[in-house]
Amino acid sequence: MSTATEKPRQQLDEATVRFCGDSGDGMQLAGTQFTNTSALAGNDVATFPDFPAEIRAPRGTKAGVSGFQIHFSSRDIYTPGDTVDALVAMNPAALITNIGDLRDGGILVCNESAFDKKGLEQAGYASNPLEDGSLEQSYKLHKVDMTKLTRLAVEGLGLSQKEADRCRNFFAMGLVFWLYDRSLDPTLRFIDAKFGKNPDVAEANRRALKAGYNYGETVEAISTQYHVGKADLTPGTYRNIMGNTALAWGLVTAAHLSKRRLFLGAYPITPASDILHELAKLKNFDVLTFQAEDEIAAVTATIGASFAGEMAVTASSGPGIALKGEALGLAVMTELPMIVINVQRGGPSTGLPTKTEQADLFQAMYGRNGECPMPVIAASSPADCFEVAQEAWRIAVEHMIPVFLLTDGYIANGSEPWRIPDVGSLPRTEVKYAEPLSNGDVFHPYERNERLARPWARPGTPTLMHRVGGLEKQDITGNVSYDPANHQHMIETRARKVELIADHIPLQEVDGPESGDLLVVSWGGPYGSCATAVHTALAAGKSVAHCHLRYLNPFPKNFEQILRSYKKVLVPELNCGQLLTILRSKFDIPLVGLNKVQGKPFQVGEILDRIHAELEG
Amino acid sequence: MSTDALPVLKPTDFASDQDVRWCPGCGDYAILAQMKKVLPSLGVPREKIVFISGIGCSSRFPYYMNTYGMHSIHGRAPAVASGLKTVRPDLQVWVITGDGDGLSIGGNHLMHAIRRNMDLNIILFNNRIYGLTKGQYSPTSLLGAKTKSSPMGAIDNPLNPLSIVVGAEGTFVARTIDTNLKHMGKVMERAAAHSGTSFIEVYQNCHVFNDGAWNYAKERDEKEDNVLELEHGKPMIFGKNRDKGIRLNGLEPEVVELGKGISEDDLLFHDERATEPSLAYLLTRMRHQDGFPEPIGVFRAVESPQYDDLINRQIEQAIGTQGPGDLEKLFHSGDTWTVS
Ligand SMILES: Cc1ncc(C[n+]2csc(CCOP(=O)(O)OP(=O)(O)O)c2C)c(N)n1
Ligand code: SF4
Repeated sequence: MSTATEKPRQQLDEATVRFCGDSGDGMQLAGTQFTNTSALAGNDVATFPDFPAEIRAPRGTKAGVSGFQIHFSSRDIYTPGDTVDALVAMNPAALITNIGDLRDGGILVCNESAFDKKGLEQAGYASNPLEDGSLEQSYKLHKVDMTKLTRLAVEGLGLSQKEADRCRNFFAMGLVFWLYDRSLDPTLRFIDAKFGKNPDVAEANRRALKAGYNYGETVEAISTQYHVGKADLTPGTYRNIMGNTALAWGLVTAAHLSKRRLFLGAYPITPASDILHELAKLKNFDVLTFQAEDEIAAVTATIGASFAGEMAVTASSGPGIALKGEALGLAVMTELPMIVINVQRGGPSTGLPTKTEQADLFQAMYGRNGECPMPVIAASSPADCFEVAQEAWRIAVEHMIPVFLLTDGYIANGSEPWRIPDVGSLPRTEVKYAEPLSNGDVFHPYERNERLARPWARPGTPTLMHRVGGLEKQDITGNVSYDPANHQHMIETRARKVELIADHIPLQEVDGPESGDLLVVSWGGPYGSCATAVHTALAAGKSVAHCHLRYLNPFPKNFEQILRSYKKVLVPELNCGQLLTILRSKFDIPLVGLNKVQGKPFQVGEILDRIHAELEG
Repeated sequence: MSTDALPVLKPTDFASDQDVRWCPGCGDYAILAQMKKVLPSLGVPREKIVFISGIGCSSRFPYYMNTYGMHSIHGRAPAVASGLKTVRPDLQVWVITGDGDGLSIGGNHLMHAIRRNMDLNIILFNNRIYGLTKGQYSPTSLLGAKTKSSPMGAIDNPLNPLSIVVGAEGTFVARTIDTNLKHMGKVMERAAAHSGTSFIEVYQNCHVFNDGAWNYAKERDEKEDNVLELEHGKPMIFGKNRDKGIRLNGLEPEVVELGKGISEDDLLFHDERATEPSLAYLLTRMRHQDGFPEPIGVFRAVESPQYDDLINRQIEQAIGTQGPGDLEKLFHSGDTWTVS
């Protein structure tokens, strides 16, 4: 920011900020704006939005608290941070539920006016923590009457009090922007774009934002400004991207480069709906989004679109995937290419709809009737979703098979800087349909190539008329067959077909030494925490390495050998040990799990502590 | 498609090489035969035709047709067909379903497929019984029907398939009978010609588990008194001697005898193109057990926007206003920054 400030400015390597307040307080917006601004300032960023399942729980209650955490750094980072350096609490409920994560000596900004009798009671405070001196002992407390200051800032615009109060989050943003020396420009641009049609509201938000910023600059109680420098990122053009957006864009990219229409069959469900929302915006890419009547219709329509010869995808979360189970058996039987996305959330049943978990791995691996294996791959970070979507399509087409793609709420809603790829360098999956036959030849829809893939015969192609379905098929001809030997042969063939994919995926890489005392094996969202923990342990001279799996079925061919190269293997997962159980069933190797099912991602410290314990034990 | 004249196809060209495995005497045979007869007259090449079915005896249908086809899962055929038709509006798509498949497990999909009004042709084989699972009562079995799963008589109130179709905003609603081949053929042709979802209920005999269920509508000496053949613009007359008609009394239909002061002009005239579906609905409510002749033919045939058309038009429109999708542009939309 160009404004000269007389206050001292302290350089930091990194910082973690959390905005928290009532779900009506606009905390997700504040967090997103701060994230984009930090990314634009050249930081590496990682975010963790955390919101309640209720859209509007009673105002001021603990159930209604919504938070957004941003970790920004001048170094490479992989997680949104374990503890928070600065916490903005818009009300007592937000304070009481979040204060535990603020580090000792951290900055605490509280909206003083919300700490009235009712607010304190709702949060369960016996006395006002802003007044009893308890907070000052551990934190740098700033009591700011944001409500009053915001109302003053927007005075004269003719806004109602309610409308004026709605600008409070911009005041809070302005203050934090000053605190961390961030430019207001991106947010001012955002205000123009978002509220341009409503000039008074736009002006009010601008004023509130600037008032917050100026407050930081002028108020004496806030003595220091902080600055986190640019990260040393690989040269290129970057943007900040959320997991679900990256996934949607990866799908569009795959379809576009394959010159296929993209069909998404979906039924709204948290946290997968944003994939539908993103794709619905991209109609000019020849994307057809079909909001079905339920998940069964979504997946069966997807099967129909795949049979029609286009790129077909269905996206949901655990409960929806459960409904799709029977149809996925049909997809496996018909050996049609498609992608099935599960953005996992806390289960079982409705579980914790807005929280993250990795407990649907068994569902993806085994959740269908009969012997019904499917390839399974998983994304490791928001930006990785872009690549994984394209890889899922490659496998689906090259092996004529439905592919399970797993992400989770943490990846889906989290964001990080994404180096925009050169379109020309992106992998292209070539779609080859079966060609019409010359006179008299008979088409064999279940004839297989060396990958055991059958031909994709597009309706409309003369001479290739054929019927598929859920009844067991005779190999080669595809005719219905009840023959016992054929059934066994087909079951083995479908299993073998999945196994053969291992010949066509990259070998597994390991981060750290090729052998040693401890290997950390992870998949999905915990990638960042595990990578950071292993890097920290390595820096401390420990004999530890990290193996993060993208391919869960089949495993890369060298995976077993990797597992055997370490004295101990630790498998951290946000479930009760699902990958662990699969590994135990496949490999006769001692393994230990680190399991957490609290609807929250792993903290780096949790993994690191366990690494130390395993190395000592 | 080229402008060259299409090769003239025969019904046998539409037969696949699979043995038909329905029970001897099953009404499904007649429907299959009639379909093979009608298709060559439509001028659509075989490779452009797709049959999608659910599960049930009737749903084996696609295996017997030398076209593209899918025997999907129980109740879901309308959804499979919807995905297919959405991405490939150029195909002619037929959906084959049964009273259990379409109205019980698949009721939801049927309702939504109909309201979307995609250009699908749905045929529901109504035999008032679950055939494939060997004789349980179905959503169209009559109250009191004694079946394997209702030894003391069914106590579920039956559904009127066509009432549901009209209620779900069906734009083409028709009924025919498996033994009335000519009529069936005509109705199929009309359904194929209709743009939007066409729905045909076929009274189909399950010879093994519910034989004779539709005899009142089929037997030579009864049928004319029990069936009303609908004709657009014509008065609703029926009966062996064509001396009975349907008149509207307030909001209720009633059977009247012609003569004795009642002339044709007093009768209801059929209007399949009525924008309001009230007449069509009223016709679907006329049941044999309530003393009415049951209408066959086209109850309703109206035009209405089609999902398959609209979604593809939205795409054209988006391309028109935003230009064809450009990945480079997409990736760089919004805020970006450069690290050098
Ligand atoms: C998910 C599922 N549930 C149950 C069944 C068993 N099932 C197969 S066909 C059928 C009923 C078929 O009745 P209908 O649709 O009337 O067809 P019909 O056999 O009479 O032609 C049932 C219950 C199944 N195949 N799948
Ligand atoms: S059981 Fe009934 S419906 Fe099924 S094939 Fe036999 S006669 Fe036809």
